[in-house]
Amino acid sequence: MSTSGDRLAADLLRPLNRTGALWYVFVAFLGTIVACGLFAWFFQMWRGFGLTGIRWPVYWGFLITDFVFWIGISHAGTLISAILRLVNAGWRRPVTRCAEVITAFALMIGGLFPIIHLGKPWLFFWLMPYPNQRLIWPNFRSPLVWDFFAISTYLTGSLLFLFLPMIPDFALVRDRTTGVKRTIYGALALGWRGTTHQWHRLETAMQIMAIAIIPVAVSVHTIVSFDFSMAPVPMWHSTIFGPYFVAGAIFSGIAGLIIAMATLRKVLHLQDYLQDIHFENLGKLLLTMSLLWGYFTFNERLTTWYGNGTAEINTFRVTQSGTFSPLFWTMVLVNFVLPVIILSIRRLRTVTGCVIASIGVVIGMWLERYLIVVPSLAHKYLPYSWGTYSPRPTEIVITAATFAAMTLLYTLFAKFVPIISIWEMRAGERPEEDLAAVSEQRLGESHA
Amino acid sequence: MKSVYALYSNGDAAQRAVNSLRSAGYADHDITVISAAPMEEYEFSHIGHHSFQWYIACGGALLGLLFSTWLTTFAEKDWPIDVGNMPIVAWYPNLIVIFEMTMLGAILSTVVTLIITAGLGRRVPKLYDPEVTNGKILVGIAQPKDTSGADVERALLAAPGAQVRTV
Repeated sequence: MSTSGDRLAADLLRPLNRTGALWYVFVAFLGTIVACGLFAWFFQMWRGFGLTGIRWPVYWGFLITDFVFWIGISHAGTLISAILRLVNAGWRRPVTRCAEVITAFALMIGGLFPIIHLGKPWLFFWLMPYPNQRLIWPNFRSPLVWDFFAISTYLTGSLLFLFLPMIPDFALVRDRTTGVKRTIYGALALGWRGTTHQWHRLETAMQIMAIAIIPVAVSVHTIVSFDFSMAPVPMWHSTIFGPYFVAGAIFSGIAGLIIAMATLRKVLHLQDYLQDIHFENLGKLLLTMSLLWGYFTFNERLTTWYGNGTAEINTFRVTQSGTFSPLFWTMVLVNFVLPVIILSIRRLRTVTGCVIASIGVVIGMWLERYLIVVPSLAHKYLPYSWGTYSPRPTEIVITAATFAAMTLLYTLFAKFVPIISIWEMRAGERPEEDLAAVSEQRLGESHA
Repeated sequence: MKSVYALYSNGDAAQRAVNSLRSAGYADHDITVISAAPMEEYEFSHIGHHSFQWYIACGGALLGLLFSTWLTTFAEKDWPIDVGNMPIVAWYPNLIVIFEMTMLGAILSTVVTLIITAGLGRRVPKLYDPEVTNGKILVGIAQPKDTSGADVERALLAAPGAQVRTV
């Protein structure tokens, strides 16, 4: 174990010990975009919500689209990791931490949007379950209060689910560093030694957490869908929205994970750990979710079209063949047609193929959120309450800044924490070697 | 008190050392085994397996359930407001909050139990060697019966490749 274990630790700790000049340039670049986003937000607070494109009757626009999108992206990590841990899938080992980090950061970013959308973010505490000066409690019958409970539970659970398996790796870094680094990593390691007693407690805790976090993950996006489906708005008031949102969230989450893993593999030279077989497996999962997304979308569209309700059919037409149709058909192309073609043909299901399909899915899923939010609000039941929406620079800058923030947080994390769990790789060292051999053999067969 | 341990480069040797210590009269709870990764395939990894983590997690979930049931019903009755013709205590929406708080109770109690039972965050000096993070397996006794630790040393040397150390 020790020779290959040393190589493993050396490979995975390399980013922590070496920092190139390009890293600082990249961080500064991303930091600048994030600073622009913060400036836009503060400017919006100072000048008022009129700076955004939100006008009667379309009171939700880019900001709520971003909220739903980022909460969706967060679904990949913890959910996939928890499922793979429970079924004890050997190939999960290099993937889990990359995935869990996405959840933590995407939730932080997503959870920020309802606060940004308040216009007066200092009144956020009104959502918290405590009575105000007049002893009025928050309304537990409001989906926005459900959001507060669901997102805070999922964020707490996901952060702990991410942190607990990092403890042994912090101990490893502690033992290999000196000075301030040793003190910091020592504090994070919480005095971990690695006794049989500690390993057993940790693994049991991870099992319990995995069981608890799966239903929470499903509930979070269902509750986000309730923000829409509880309202009597055309094409929102639908029973399919819960599972449709959950499926879409997992779909976009897997796409986000594939992009992150491919970037890490390339930048940190992790080809030996993030192998072709991992992308092939995730590609298959993405293909499944693409088909499921197509199934749900067809169900939703067919029911509306067949029902032919006056208000609903107006919203339907405006997305199918009206002003929103270019966005709608782009969404269908990149969420369904493109991934199904790329990922169902084995020769195309390579790392590059998976990444191309994933980039399409991320764009498509953002468009899907936008097409859920805006056309329905712009075409309510009475024609006098119809309107239009076009985003203003403030919203566009804030949206761009969130993508930069996600990349920045991920870059910083990969710099200070081993992005692949070293102890989990060690624990599955032999099975991983077997897996690599199988992977090479299978890829060889497919190219022969 | 003097502690005696040995470092081994593979699980088989560590298992033999543990067996020798048992033969020398040490109980499982006296023996410390430290490794860089869990080694489920070896019998020694089952030392200290017995725990109440699952029960405590269920207890935490129950606490979360009871607290959130009380919170939602109390808050709705404390200032009754008619919303959308729903009853004052509306169970369907309340169940969402109750579910989240139940799961949060399970998660938090699991983490607290882990920290307490795994002895995390304690500043007490313990038997440890940083060589473990390089892949070595430590087998030792924190408080040998024989204060010189000679019996432990003998048992540890019975396994091949032992690097015995005393602290």
